[in-house]
Amino acid sequence: MSLQAFLLLASALFSVGLYGALSQQSIVMIMMGVELMVNAVIVGAAAFWFHTSPDRPDGQVIVLLAVTAMAIEMAVGFAVTTAIFRSRDVDMTDMAADLKG
Amino acid sequence: MIPVWRDVLFWVCAVLAVVTGIAVFRVDSMARATFALLASFVFAAGTVMLLDLPYLGVLVILMMIMEMVVMAVFMIMYMMNPAGLMPMTMVHNPKGSLAIAVGTFVLLATGVLLVPWPSSQAPKPEDPTMQLGEALMGDKMLVMIVLGLALFATMVATVVLATHRGRYDRYGDRLERKRPQDPSRGGLGR
Repeated sequence: MSLQAFLLLASALFSVGLYGALSQQSIVMIMMGVELMVNAVIVGAAAFWFHTSPDRPDGQVIVLLAVTAMAIEMAVGFAVTTAIFRSRDVDMTDMAADLKG
Repeated sequence: MIPVWRDVLFWVCAVLAVVTGIAVFRVDSMARATFALLASFVFAAGTVMLLDLPYLGVLVILMMIMEMVVMAVFMIMYMMNPAGLMPMTMVHNPKGSLAIAVGTFVLLATGVLLVPWPSSQAPKPEDPTMQLGEALMGDKMLVMIVLGLALFATMVATVVLATHRGRYDRYGDRLERKRPQDPSRGGLGR
């Protein structure tokens, strides 16, 4: 249960989430990928707290920050999905390519 | 707990977290994808609990259960084929994405294995939850205040975004209309 093992787990979770966020077409599935990436931050921050500075609370505070970021991302993501679905019947990213350069 | 068992538990949780994470993007059904993601979060929270952080681990598990149940509802609302009765793929550029993801993992893993990470001999706090609580009510209070504000802003923003027709649509930008402008007449006094 070394720091390296935890960071390897965090890297794997981050990469899986990155694959999902890049490859999925559905907005909801992209949000799932982003959630997996934030989850990697939680694992990494907890491991850093335990192995490098257990006497200071900073690592735990970052975990709390990541959990909140996850909740906000979810809520706003679904609100945006609802708004764009209502106005244009769009639920795939490829159908909302207005800003494509 | 005996250290060996902690190691075994960690690796079981770690492997299952990654496997269920991959399953999210492999299964056909949206409902199954949602619950695979939930399983991945629970296993990752299990590793957090092995680090003497029971409060944060349980917090993540409880929050993710709620979040995934809400997500399942949205999935069924917005996705075709929520039950996975027929195979489907909804991906663009899967090869490029896979290459980027694998490249990122190799890069991160190389860094993880090569960097000489510091280690601390500092004593572990007796109660990590107490440490977190005292920090949030003490010198880390600014973080808590900003998080509270951000959550409040989120509530306002989500309601504004998700509202179909609000009062500004009905009463005008300056709310100056005596009678609301609605698509169809009806209701009290209209």
